[in-house]
Amino acid sequence: MPQVIGVPTETAAGEKRVATVPEVVEKLIKLGFKVAVQSGAGEAANFSDEVYRAAGADIVPDAARLWASSDIVFKVRAPSAEEVGLVRAGQAIVAFIWPAQNPDLMQQLAAKKATVLAMDSVPRISRAQKLDALSSMANIAGYRAVIEAAHQFGRFFTGQITAAGKVPPAKVFVIGAGVAGLAAIGTASGLGAIVRANDTRPEVGDQVKSMGGEFVTVDYQEDGTGVGGYAKVMSEGFLKAQAEVFARQAKEVDIIITTALIPGKPAPKLITGEMVKSMKPGSVIVDMAAEQGGNCELTVPHQVTVKHGVTIIGYSDLPSRLAKQSSTLYATNLFRLSEELCKAKDGVINVNMEDEVIRGTTVIKDGNITWPPPAPRLSAAPPAVAKPAAVAVKAQGGHGKSGAPASGRSTAIIFGVAAVLFWFIGANAPAEFLAHFTVFVLACFVGYMVVWNVTPALHTPLMSVTNAISSIIAIGALVQVAPPLLAGAGGGDRPELWILGLAVVGIGLTSINMFGGFAVTQRMLEMFRK
Amino acid sequence: MSVTLATVSYIGATILFILSLGGLSNPETSRRGNLYGMIGMTIAVLATVFGPQVTSGGYAWIVGAMVVGASIGLYAARIVKMTQMPELVALMHSLVGLAAMLVGFANYIDPAAAGVFKGAEKTIHELEIYIGILIGAVTFTGSVIAFGKLSGKITGKPLLLPARHWINLTGLLLVIWFGGVFINTHSVSDGMTPLIVMTVIALLFGIHMVMAIGGADMPVVISMLNSYSGWAAAATGFMLNNNLLIVTGALVGSSGAILSYIMCRAMNRHFVAVIAGGFGTGSGTPAVASGGAQPAGEVFPILAPETAELLRTAKNVIIVPGYGMAVAQAQHSVYEITKFLRDKGVNVRFGIHPVAGRMPGHMNVLLAEAKVPYDIVMEMDELNGDFPDTDVSMVIGANDIVNPAAQEDPTSPIAGMPVLEVWKAKTSIVMKRSMASGYAGVDNPLFYKDNNRMLFGDAKKMLDEVLVALKG
Repeated sequence: MPQVIGVPTETAAGEKRVATVPEVVEKLIKLGFKVAVQSGAGEAANFSDEVYRAAGADIVPDAARLWASSDIVFKVRAPSAEEVGLVRAGQAIVAFIWPAQNPDLMQQLAAKKATVLAMDSVPRISRAQKLDALSSMANIAGYRAVIEAAHQFGRFFTGQITAAGKVPPAKVFVIGAGVAGLAAIGTASGLGAIVRANDTRPEVGDQVKSMGGEFVTVDYQEDGTGVGGYAKVMSEGFLKAQAEVFARQAKEVDIIITTALIPGKPAPKLITGEMVKSMKPGSVIVDMAAEQGGNCELTVPHQVTVKHGVTIIGYSDLPSRLAKQSSTLYATNLFRLSEELCKAKDGVINVNMEDEVIRGTTVIKDGNITWPPPAPRLSAAPPAVAKPAAVAVKAQGGHGKSGAPASGRSTAIIFGVAAVLFWFIGANAPAEFLAHFTVFVLACFVGYMVVWNVTPALHTPLMSVTNAISSIIAIGALVQVAPPLLAGAGGGDRPELWILGLAVVGIGLTSINMFGGFAVTQRMLEMFRK
Repeated sequence: MSVTLATVSYIGATILFILSLGGLSNPETSRRGNLYGMIGMTIAVLATVFGPQVTSGGYAWIVGAMVVGASIGLYAARIVKMTQMPELVALMHSLVGLAAMLVGFANYIDPAAAGVFKGAEKTIHELEIYIGILIGAVTFTGSVIAFGKLSGKITGKPLLLPARHWINLTGLLLVIWFGGVFINTHSVSDGMTPLIVMTVIALLFGIHMVMAIGGADMPVVISMLNSYSGWAAAATGFMLNNNLLIVTGALVGSSGAILSYIMCRAMNRHFVAVIAGGFGTGSGTPAVASGGAQPAGEVFPILAPETAELLRTAKNVIIVPGYGMAVAQAQHSVYEITKFLRDKGVNVRFGIHPVAGRMPGHMNVLLAEAKVPYDIVMEMDELNGDFPDTDVSMVIGANDIVNPAAQEDPTSPIAGMPVLEVWKAKTSIVMKRSMASGYAGVDNPLFYKDNNRMLFGDAKKMLDEVLVALKG
């Protein structure tokens, strides 16, 4: 019996997102689930009921019926008080829960004997990246932050020289180069602004550069890398040095975008009122940490305010302001989670607490609070076996060079065998054979030396040219066509016709090789060009 | 032309042949090298024809045969597609083998050639004939089968007869036994029977040997047959007391031997194991034994537009082509994409594994044909360290040569084989027709890596779509 995934309309004021989109509905149905969507759930994100229905979802008229008929509920925001009332025992709920900030909600859901998976608790390991909804949302928020700033900012982002005069490019300073910060850097530099960024974790400098930004360092030695790739609280000395850098930037730049968050702590106050005052009139600050108290002292959460001529944007619903995009990405994250939960593709979820990803995400299992999860195993050290193998490969020496000297013992054996062989030949073979044998052995060595110098790129021409050269065997056939017959060498019973036939066929065959081989080599070599 | 003059000409031809091979050390000098080869060959042929060993009665025959052969050869050289080079080379090897056989037989039945030898000299001469025909025959049928396999006329799967090692051993013993019989005969007609029996055995052995070898081991087989054709020429030289043939044969023989060695090392396999046929058959069932290490996880398929997007935003791209590119004839599409990206300032390079394709250097020739400049086509060792700085590595129709199991899983059948470390790039894209495993039958953990994307479909079709998406 396939389970029903229910997607209700979001109840939070101003929330435009929806937890699934028609495209993902189809994929969920392929996993074996049935999907029910509350009528109007996707309206704010521009997905009509008809499109959901066309994708295979059942449209349910109201929330009460939807919650009653669903085995699994997909939501964006944590359930509201009314919604908690609709939760059934054994029902699974997937949403942003923020268990640390919402202990009451956790207690209520546990009392309902529900199973709750929190999309904000997905462990930060590489396998779970595809269901990391926080990153998806942060990415969108970073983009939208720049767009909001551009909306409030009275000038172009990109520098232009127009007939009416020169326009300088806007300067953007991004604080915090996490997912949101990097998205903001990329978006702003894409619009043509000069972008600078700062982060307490020095290793993100390269990422900043790769997005087109310039990394501004704080001249103070301290690494701010915390557990799981997040930032940690810094020392006082560092904060002082950092404040100086920010004050200097504030005077110079037109737009500041702050994304600095420390998990489980209020957002650090990085931009003081003094700094805001020092900014040029018409400048914009987007405080992406507004919901956690804001990185700027003057931020008013959820609102746009103007202080000292500087517009300060404190929106906390940036992803929701790009509802179609964020719904699509969030729905895809949920679909990836569904895949993890339903490996058998039979439409029944299995909350397997042995699985690291599912264990981390699950905050309530059948009414028992399982949050916080045990510390994640960090995906660090690769298996130790890899190393010796890699070393062994190295030891084989470069391609195109002869290998390391052979071991003394095997060299001795080879020399011994060669000595016996040479003695045998020397003792038995006639003198003329030895003359040829000398030539043969020396020629082998010449060939060996010459061919090691051939560049591997030309191995195919090498083969075709050696092939052409080996048609030298034509000489063997040539001398047999019409040799000057020695008197008394039994020429009388010489089977002329047979020999002539064989020799002529031999010449014909080798000529194909001779001409064809050289010609095709030439054709190939002509193609090698710089 | 006197005997001494002919000999001096031969020395000149020998030097020119050595210079010809030496010229191939660099694409700049290679064209001149080929020219040296042609001059050397011309000198050798003219010195022989106008030398003391050919009388004017044979000129008509010689010219006739050479004109026919030359026209066929030149025609073939002109129409052959670069993807068919391995087939052409295999076919040409077979001609050398056949010619060596014919020359051997003609020499044996020619009393003028045999009459002058006595005692040990006669024995050695007959031995030379015997060995020359033996090598020629093995080269002939082996190359014909290799041609069949390469052109798809014969299945590429190894044909593994039961007790095939015993069959080979019996064949070898029979050849030695008949060799003894042959040397002890006193007239040409008596010796013909053991000679023909040996030839038949050698022909069958050539067939059997190459039938037992699988498609991806073809680079080794081709090089080996190349080597044999050289040894056949050298044996003919001994038979005819001709130093030019001996030297040239030895040059070609050692060249082929070195190529075989390089190819074997690039696959981390022993020459004997390749020749014995099949893959991993000698070492039991390691693929099954390593069941615990079977790669598992998510495969991320993508489509052409996303591939184009990845390429467009990349700064460093490394393309790793394999046999699949040759099969799909995709090298021109690869070039178009490369050109587009390079015009945009993207640093595009190619990483070539020594055994990519079906003959040594196969990929280089294909890319050269598609006008890819050779200075961006790198050897494996030249750019393997650059993958961590690479944004996108694109694998086109290759599998085993990019298999991380070779480094990470000591129980893998291909453990220790040098591979291109494409998975160290920020994103790797594998273009493949399906999830099927490569020739070695080893699952490829690369496909399950988090930073890997799979672009399923025919290489040429997909690349064309990528190009359209790039330009669009």
